[in-house]
Amino acid sequence: MRLQSSAVALLLTLGVALAQAPSKPVAKDNSVYAELAKAPKRAAARRNPFATDPDAVAAGGKLFGLHCAECHGDMAEGTKKAPSLFADEVQRATPGTLFWLLTNGVVRRGMPVWSKLPEAQRWQLVSYIKSMTLASKPGDADPPHPAPH
Amino acid sequence: MPPITLHPQYSVPVRLLSESIATLRSSRFFPCGLLGMVLLAAALPLHAQESPYIVTYDHYLEEPGSLEVEYFSTFGTQRAGNDFHAFWAEFEYGATAWWTTELYFDGQTTFNDSTLFTGFRWENRFRLLAREHIINPVLYIEYEQTSGADKILKEVEGHDVEADYAVPNALARQEHDHEIESKLLLSSTFAGWNIAENTIATKNVTGGNPWEFGYAIGASRPLALKASAQRCSFCPENFIAGVEMYGGLGDRYSFGLHNTSHYVAPVIAWNLPSDWTLRLSPGFGLNDNSHRFLLRWGVSREFSGFGAAVSRLFGGRQ
Repeated sequence: MRLQSSAVALLLTLGVALAQAPSKPVAKDNSVYAELAKAPKRAAARRNPFATDPDAVAAGGKLFGLHCAECHGDMAEGTKKAPSLFADEVQRATPGTLFWLLTNGVVRRGMPVWSKLPEAQRWQLVSYIKSMTLASKPGDADPPHPAPH
Repeated sequence: MPPITLHPQYSVPVRLLSESIATLRSSRFFPCGLLGMVLLAAALPLHAQESPYIVTYDHYLEEPGSLEVEYFSTFGTQRAGNDFHAFWAEFEYGATAWWTTELYFDGQTTFNDSTLFTGFRWENRFRLLAREHIINPVLYIEYEQTSGADKILKEVEGHDVEADYAVPNALARQEHDHEIESKLLLSSTFAGWNIAENTIATKNVTGGNPWEFGYAIGASRPLALKASAQRCSFCPENFIAGVEMYGGLGDRYSFGLHNTSHYVAPVIAWNLPSDWTLRLSPGFGLNDNSHRFLLRWGVSREFSGFGAAVSRLFGGRQ
């Protein structure tokens, strides 16, 4: 009986873990970008106060390595858990839209809210994301510096 | 000691969990399993951005698939008794972006007395709203199976007072509590500040005890809001400081501050880039029913991708 109980407890634990496993190849699912379109106009129109800060991209890169690379990939190329940030939908999005998405997350799709990072750090992350260009997309000739861990 | 009686609705899962833990602890496979978990965790990437609170909860949940392993200590002074050192380990797992589940194991050493394992807790937190709002509610449900010797003071509720903790371990351990604890966690973040308010309602399901109530409130802020461009250990943005206050609010029949204890505690967390978080909190009793001084500290490490790694071990999809 005890062994059975242990097995059931183990199965419950594994069930939680397996439920966590990605069930869809999210990186290829364009609908994941649909959330960007839900940003309110006022939020989308906000300007990045760090747009001209020369350190913002580097600081954002550091934050990306600490908080985002695990899901989006070291080079933001996307993984099974989270989409590529090189996608047109992301790169065309306004800084305000990206900031809004970072703040609110996409909880139902597994992206946590990141409002626990102070506003300044979220804007620095936006600076880093917007600094990515297709020329620096992974696999191209001149890849960007990887996000530091 | 009277036999423990549980409502049938609680008895099966509780017995299951108790027996499982007992079996695992006594099993010869346990050390191997533990070693395996440690090795698995060591192979995982890490990150940390933890709040400094030790008693109060904000609305931020564990990132999905991440496991946070935490150890906390509470040293408490005790009038009319022996000072104590209570400790607990937490295993906090982000099941989804809206659900965090957590297992606690508690113990304590009472000086000039003994050291005891005092029980376990299973906690669940559910985020109620998908997006950020001015006030963000989270529902907290916990089951506790602890002995009367438990002294971690993770929450203060009802008419908990210092004198309750002066009972010798041999006597206190004979009392067994099976509690359902619910909390409504409200939390806001504005201009770098986090303000969190928790209301607690607890019911001991083993007897005819009434619902007991308590509260915890906290405020905290990083020492710097902007991240530096360099990786650094001592950058001010790695430190989050604040204060929390917590105490009991009586029970269903005698709600209020009469015969309750209350504490105020500055808190600070140091989030290291090496993915460890250290917390320190000296707490001070606010009335004669409170311990005069509580010193709490904790260390934690977060392991990202734990769920996916476990899933891969068992052939889950990549």
